[in-house]
Amino acid sequence: MKGEFDVRGTIELETAASSASPPKKFWNRKRRENLAGWLFVTPEVVGMLLVSIFPLLFSLFLSFTKWNLVGGLSDIEFIGLDNFRALFSDSQFLKALRNNVTFTAIVVPGGLIISLIMSVLIQSRVYMRSYFKIAFFIPYICSTVAIAAIWSALFHPSKGPINQMLMQIGLSDPPKWLVDTTFAIVAIMIIYIWQNIGYQIIIFISGLAGISNEMYESANIDGANGLKQFWYITIPLLGPTTFFLTITSIITSFKVFDIIKFLTDGGPNYASTVIVYQIYLEGFQRFNMGYASAMSLVLFLMIVLVTSVTWIFQSKKTHY
Amino acid sequence: MSLKNKWGKLLTTVVLGLLSLCFLLPLIWMLSAASKIEKDVWTFPIQWIPETWNFVNNFKEVWMGKVPFHMFYVNSIKIAAIATLATLIVSSMAGYAFSKIDFKGKHLLFGLLMSFMMIPEQSTLVPRYLLIKWFGLYNTHTAIVLLLMFSTYFTFLFRQYMMGIHDDMLEAAQLDGAGYFKIYWKVMLPLCKPIIATVGIIKFIWTWNDYQTPLIFLLSKEKFPIPLGIQFFKEEFATNISVMMMASLSAIVPLIIVFLFLQKQVIEGIALGGVKG
Repeated sequence: MKGEFDVRGTIELETAASSASPPKKFWNRKRRENLAGWLFVTPEVVGMLLVSIFPLLFSLFLSFTKWNLVGGLSDIEFIGLDNFRALFSDSQFLKALRNNVTFTAIVVPGGLIISLIMSVLIQSRVYMRSYFKIAFFIPYICSTVAIAAIWSALFHPSKGPINQMLMQIGLSDPPKWLVDTTFAIVAIMIIYIWQNIGYQIIIFISGLAGISNEMYESANIDGANGLKQFWYITIPLLGPTTFFLTITSIITSFKVFDIIKFLTDGGPNYASTVIVYQIYLEGFQRFNMGYASAMSLVLFLMIVLVTSVTWIFQSKKTHY
Repeated sequence: MSLKNKWGKLLTTVVLGLLSLCFLLPLIWMLSAASKIEKDVWTFPIQWIPETWNFVNNFKEVWMGKVPFHMFYVNSIKIAAIATLATLIVSSMAGYAFSKIDFKGKHLLFGLLMSFMMIPEQSTLVPRYLLIKWFGLYNTHTAIVLLLMFSTYFTFLFRQYMMGIHDDMLEAAQLDGAGYFKIYWKVMLPLCKPIIATVGIIKFIWTWNDYQTPLIFLLSKEKFPIPLGIQFFKEEFATNISVMMMASLSAIVPLIIVFLFLQKQVIEGIALGGVKG
């Protein structure tokens, strides 16, 4: 590859030298190509440095400091690992961490199982496939805030349609949902799954479309029923898609914030708080920039950890 | 297909159809509540079709009432349009270089950029807030656009698409003496219309719905986009659900309409990220 370009470069140099300008051209083809490449990526690279890389490093630095924004720059105080020590005895943060883990542990498998079943049905067993794709996808493109507003009415403890229905079928004391310490997070999980399932269905369907029909045809001839085909053909061949969706869903669910900020503000009594909400609270309500940065770093490390663990697990298990 | 299979398929269609209706009930409920008078919102069994129509009054309350909803709308359109345009330019330029120009350090740089996708935007919120403050951009739309316009994900999509474009077409232009910029502008972009549409619509939807960035970087309500506007509404109309639902409806409907027209691009674009990601 490289040799090829060198050759081309010299050829051009020679022709250029013989035809037009007598001195050796500095801007030969290779140099021009390098310059052009870098110029075209400059906006993206500079932008990413500015909004992503520099902030990450800065965040790392801040996480070792105690700094309240109100005090101004001169107030920064280096405190080593104190923030991290404080984090693990901070009951709010630990609650947030626990909530994040529970949230992910329920929302990811739950969402994936439902959307896998739906997408198999939509892909091969119904008429009007595009209607179903669109119908299940609509909540995903809606504003989370607008959706949260709808659900907050639906979940209203005394007058809301959900509880009215529960009372109708004989539940005399239905959960108070968003204002209940146990059920607030459950309500948020329901809303979250409802909104994100469309995305997972679309990805699963595009994975299913990649499985050749011949597999199913020969299975049909062998007399394997639908369930067997699902278990022995669909599930294994869908491996890479499921893997991709698992990682992205875990990461996205770690970052849940909008619904919680809008509906419960982490409450009641921090029952539904999560890491990102705590970052928001410490950083932008209490202005403890150092402490908030330490939390941000924990979030970042968790995501790096999940990504690498899943990668290792995947590369051990399957060799596609 | 055997007759038995046909009936089976029809049955699944009907069952799944009913299920999809249930799935969409919250949205239908919103539409119904937005058309009612307040006291009918809570009646049970639910009045799906309002007994007393109040759609027009609720609409007036939202659009011409004391909370300036049209202003949130204008802000949202402005922010989403500019951020989308900026993303299209930046990402398509980088995508062009990564797919068609052989420059030194290309593979390393691309790998690095892609690994940045792992950085969650929430973990850099504090320093970005400080940067924006120091640049004097706090509480401006410029800050929002600046923070949202760079995306390695869309650069990736552009690169994948452009790699599929034949080199012949570019070489022909090169022989005619066109420079890199001219090739990008006159040859590459026209060939990229499908991916431009896909990235454009997805980016527009994401920016339109973004709540977190404006929440942290905007302060005055004259500058709020719709999601913050709805929050503001919630504080003003906590007890008036029919008006709240009208506000939600107003936020959602334009997107649903755009989506229905461009659903092929949206769905393809989303699936693209999954297959290659």
